[in-house]
Parts: sequence; C-alpha cells; structure tokens
Amino acid sequence: MNLAKLQEMLLAAARADRPSEHVPYAFEKRILARLAAAPQPDAWTVWARLLWRAATPCLGFTAVLVGMAFFTGALQGTPVSLGEGLETTVYAVLTEPGE
Amino acid sequence: MAFRFCDTGPNGILPPFVERTDQELVAAVRRGDTASFEELVRKYQPRVFASARRYARRESEVEDIVQEVFIKVFQKLDSFRGDAPFEHWLMRLTVRTCYDFLRQHQRNREHPFSDLSEPERDWLERFVTEPDHATENAEAAKALVKRLLDMLSPKARLIITLLEIEERSVKEIAALTGWSVPLVKVRAFRARAEMRKCLQQLKLEQYV
Repeated sequence: MNLAKLQEMLLAAARADRPSEHVPYAFEKRILARLAAAPQPDAWTVWARLLWRAATPCLGFTAVLVGMAFFTGALQGTPVSLGEGLETTVYAVLTEPGE
Repeated sequence: MAFRFCDTGPNGILPPFVERTDQELVAAVRRGDTASFEELVRKYQPRVFASARRYARRESEVEDIVQEVFIKVFQKLDSFRGDAPFEHWLMRLTVRTCYDFLRQHQRNREHPFSDLSEPERDWLERFVTEPDHATENAEAAKALVKRLLDMLSPKARLIITLLEIEERSVKEIAALTGWSVPLVKVRAFRARAEMRKCLQQLKLEQYV
C-alpha cells in the first residue's frame, strides 16, 4: 500500500474541488447593519484600554529594575525591618543632610 | 472610525455610478463614507467566501468568518498603509481569521475515519486493488480529503491548504500568515509528516 500515492491522490482531489464563490443574498447589507449596531467606544473606554495595555510593560520594567538593584547591591544599604524603613522614609525630609 | 450612512448626495439624489479604485474607496471609507465600504465588500466578498469555505464546512460558519473578516477590515482600515494592494491586505486578514477559526474549532480530530461512508470505503478499496483507477469517483476522494484535513492541527491544515491545495509559494504563504520563510518551510515539513501520520491511521483501522 503506497501511502505517498494515496496522499498525492487525495490532494489532487482537493485541488480539483474549487470552493464556490457564491455569496448569500444581500450579505453586504448584513455586514453594514452589524457595523451600525456596534457600539462606538467612548473616550473613557479607550483610555482604560490604553491603561490596561500599559500595565504589563510597567510591571515588567519594575521587575527589571528590582532585579538590577538586587544584583548590583543597591538594596544592601536598606534598613533591616519594615518599621525602621518607614520611619527613615517619613522623617527623611526633617533629617539634616549632615546627620 | 465613525460610522454614518451617506448613500445619497447632499440633495438626496444618488450620484452617478463610477467605478472607483480601491485606493479611492479606502480613502472614502476613512472619511466616513459607508457606501464606499459597501462597494468594497461587494467587490471582494466572493473571494473571501471562497477562502473561508476551504476551512469551514458549515455555511453558517463560513458566513461568520466572512462577517468577522469585513468587520476587522473596517476597524483596522486606518492601519492599511497602501504599500501593497488592498486585496493582499484583505487576504492576509482573511487567512489569519480562518486560522483563528481553526484554532477555536478543533473538532472531529479524534476518530474522523471511524464512520466512513460506503462510497468512501469503495474508493479506498479500489485504490488498494487498482491505484491508477481510483480517481474515478472523485466525490468520495473529496470527502476523504476533508476528513483528513479535519484531523490535522490548525497550523498543519493552514499550511497544507495554502501550499498543497492552493499551490502558493513559500514566500506568498509567509506574507499571508506573517510567519518567516524558514518557519513556513519547517511547518510545511511537519505538516506533511502529520498528514502521513493521519493516513497511517487509515491503514491501522484496516480501511486500506
């Protein structure tokens, strides 16, 4: 049994079977009606869509920055506890530069 | 893009029929002239229907694909730069929509050879005994090849349809699918192997 020949014969049959170009009556009207019925996106929807699209690259960028800071040792000088860190940050404005 | 009806001229009279180029029609649609879009749809829908019928069996599915193609065309018309003919851009959208359809409807891929019809079995038996005379009943062969295509993965089916059935070049397929030329070649090789594997099933199920 020659499978290669069977494959070639079936493909030849498919080539001979040209699909019809028949179009249902007034099909273009259906498309236009569908387009007319589609809601137009308002400015807020467009804005929200843009924000959602921007979220992933922002998260990626943050992850890259954190990774870089971690591997370059920039995080080594940070306080040990969270409370200490918060206190340092809050009082940073009041603290004299020389202290 | 805003959608508005403007079938008639400013005085309510239909303008005289002049056949416009695709570029002119596209420019008019971009300005919001829906009648021009209708003209574009009317011009190209037979081609899109024929392409969609290669991938979908039911007529309702074919209509859904064509409808989706033209809605995408309308929504993405602003991204059409006009470097290539409009028809090429439209066919790219059509092929991609058909591919999406195949990915969403991966049905009947389990045992499509389990319920062969009588003419299909006869055709296969005739092929085993007299391979050169097996093409006599082409309808059975067409039905068999449809079953075979249903068994393929969406990627393989798309490649086999474009390369082997529509006899397009690798470069053309790359332009239609957005895949690179080497990727098309690799996928074509895999698709042929997948097809042979499916035909092996026929042998295993003792039809051949």
